[in-house]
Amino acid sequence: MKYGILIVSHVPEIAAGVPRLIQQVAKDVAITSAGGTDENEIGTSLEKIQQAVEQNAGSEILAFYDLGSARMNLEMAAELATKKLRIYDVALIEGAYVAASLLQAQVGLPAIEKQLAPLKIKNQE
Amino acid sequence: MKLTLEKYLSWINEFSQKVIDKKDYLSDLDSKIGDGDHGNNLARGVTAVQQMLTAKQPQDLTAALKLTAMALISKVGGAAGPLYGTAFLEMAKTSSQTTELAELLTAATAGLQKRGQAKAGDKTMVDVWLPVTAALKNADLTSTVIEKAVASTKPLVAKRGRASYLGERSIGHLDPGAVSSGYLFEALLVAEDEK
Ligand SMILES: Nc1ncnc2c1ncn2[C@@H]1O[C@H](COP(=O)(O)OP(=O)(O)OP(=O)(O)O)[C@@H](O)[C@H]1O
Ligand SMILES: [Mg+2]
Repeated sequence: MKYGILIVSHVPEIAAGVPRLIQQVAKDVAITSAGGTDENEIGTSLEKIQQAVEQNAGSEILAFYDLGSARMNLEMAAELATKKLRIYDVALIEGAYVAASLLQAQVGLPAIEKQLAPLKIKNQE
Repeated sequence: MKLTLEKYLSWINEFSQKVIDKKDYLSDLDSKIGDGDHGNNLARGVTAVQQMLTAKQPQDLTAALKLTAMALISKVGGAAGPLYGTAFLEMAKTSSQTTELAELLTAATAGLQKRGQAKAGDKTMVDVWLPVTAALKNADLTSTVIEKAVASTKPLVAKRGRASYLGERSIGHLDPGAVSSGYLFEALLVAEDEK
């Protein structure tokens, strides 16, 4: 499978809940997630993110995240991974939903990114 | 000033002790404009650093810096992890070419800014790392420089990190990461003074 989706949140329940929401409209899309710290406290874990990248059946990963350190740890994971990671600074739920439903419909990446563009709300001046 | 393994170890030990002593204060600062975990996050990080350095007994500066970075990156759990971790990792990389402290910190600060995208005046730890690095280049790093840099974050509006979601409401509070970075550089002054 070419593309997979990765969800990173500070909270394990959000990291589990968003895939549940989007998998419903994307039965054949690979979706993995990483939530919370190694102790399942609120925060993010590079190791959990790396595992979720490994376990994802996609050979290229479209990554969606909630806040601050989630992005920084995603970047570090991207630098260390052999797979390509694309990190989107968009609204987490809406962005992941757009990507999942369009991947399911076999829409190409340029069209998906066009649809994601207006959802950008993070990491900007 | 050139950094040696011995100096580095006393620097990081001094910093670790300070973070552990001030854990609650750092988390209190973070609860004003963030999520109240900065002291706990960083204390967990420096405890892991101490364990790692004791277990691995690094024989050179580069190895010691790299172990520090790895422990912080894997154990902190908040933004301070990738930020401090990247800073120490950049110092480790640079230390194979030079051990001049000003050069190490220049690389560290650049790494920090690349990782967090913060500029001067965004009310983050970068507001301490930038002036401290500049002072080290002129060989005039003092406690006053550090204190002024930390205090400068108080009137600012946060533009990065959790505090940025508060907008104007972030005015009037010290940035917790700036305060912990102040401890890092105070610890450096202490280590420099040791004979
Ligand atoms: N983008 C950034 N650039 C530079 N420094 C930052 C950035 N984001 C946060 N910081 C620094 O990190 C400090 C907060 O560290 P802490 O460990 O509490 O992370 P956090 O904000 O709780 O993490 P998270 O992003 O997981 O919510 C801030 O006081 C600030 O100095
Ligand atoms: Mg915090």
